[in-house]
Amino acid sequence: MQRTTMDLWVGMFVMLGIGALLILSLKVGNLGTYGAGQSYDLVGNFENIGGLKVRSPVKSAGVVVGRVTDIQFSLDTYDAIVTMRINGQYTFPKDTFASILTAGLLGEQYIGLDAGGDEVMLKDGDKIMMTNSAIVLEEMIGRFLFDKAAEEDDKGF
Amino acid sequence: MFKYLVSSIRHVGHGVIDSTWRLGYASRFFILVLLKSTTSLRRFGLVIRELYYTGVLSLIIILVSGLFVGMVLGLQGYETLQKFGSESAVGTLVALSLVRELGPVVAALLFASRAGSAITAEIGLMKATEQLSAMGMMAVDPVARVVAPRFWAGIISMPFLAAMFSVMGVFGGYLVTVVFIGVDEGSFWSQMQNNVDFRIDIVNGVIKSCFFGIAVAAIAVFEGYDAPPTAEGVSGATTRTVVTSSLAILGLDFILTAFMFRGIN
Repeated sequence: MQRTTMDLWVGMFVMLGIGALLILSLKVGNLGTYGAGQSYDLVGNFENIGGLKVRSPVKSAGVVVGRVTDIQFSLDTYDAIVTMRINGQYTFPKDTFASILTAGLLGEQYIGLDAGGDEVMLKDGDKIMMTNSAIVLEEMIGRFLFDKAAEEDDKGF
Repeated sequence: MFKYLVSSIRHVGHGVIDSTWRLGYASRFFILVLLKSTTSLRRFGLVIRELYYTGVLSLIIILVSGLFVGMVLGLQGYETLQKFGSESAVGTLVALSLVRELGPVVAALLFASRAGSAITAEIGLMKATEQLSAMGMMAVDPVARVVAPRFWAGIISMPFLAAMFSVMGVFGGYLVTVVFIGVDEGSFWSQMQNNVDFRIDIVNGVIKSCFFGIAVAAIAVFEGYDAPPTAEGVSGATTRTVVTSSLAILGLDFILTAFMFRGIN
């Protein structure tokens, strides 16, 4: 084998390898959706985050507008502090409502933002005041059974 | 009886001391190769030549096995996920298992048996036919001329091969589930992209394959250089390369996974 053809093969090999890495990051991974540059952070306190995780999506009207970047437990208020990174092209009014919702009955949990009507927009590092905790299925079933039992008691008397 | 007991204990002790001695020698050799690498990296043509033999010639087996591993993953994943009505998650399953684990590990295992054994046999045979000592006589350093280029070629080609394995696997999974079975194409790709993170999954997979490349290349060149200069010695060294590097890959994989993916999900 001539040296030049060997170089050609090795060059093709390296190009294929770099191409494979590019395909992995753009087509398989989410590098393409990281968005160009600008983004800002919002913070929200939730009483119960349920199954929310870092990297869970933040959606508004079903559109993914950002991702959860950090979840901490607050020792002052004994609730969860959720930091989310919102894509810079989307801004939300000051009285936006954040709630933790579930995709489908048993699907992944995400943060849903309902835009309010305030003139002032949320800026980087701002806190979302109105939040709604995750619905925990066990609590709901427990409450339902409790109510049912109370109803039965009422009938009895 | 007593004699048998003593000899068996002596045998164990000999084995432990011998392997410790070999480990020390291997570490010293590893440092030596790193020190001598500067000269061989300056003459990059040598590394390119070895890249051809270790990387390019391993392409076929890596690509074909990647395709089939992906197809099997797609088929099995579909069979199970379909019971829970979430067959659209099959893309996530295929991509995550390939990018995080199977791509780096299986590609490294194949690489060890395809290229690692060849490196060991080549260096061992060069030693047996006294080519290495002849180089030494001509004031050509055999470690810089023969060992270091093979070592670096192994390290460079491993991440590329693992990435190609993963891409072929994802393509195989796509072929089976979307084209043959008929899972929705849009949800296949979008679920995959939603759940495979660039930093956590892909970069960690590449880091893993770099570690495996270092392990396989170091073991292969050491076994070749250390092989007894006989036909038996070379064949034993080749076997040891495949066995030791496979065990090293699996052990390293556990350690790296514990470091990388603990506490994420």
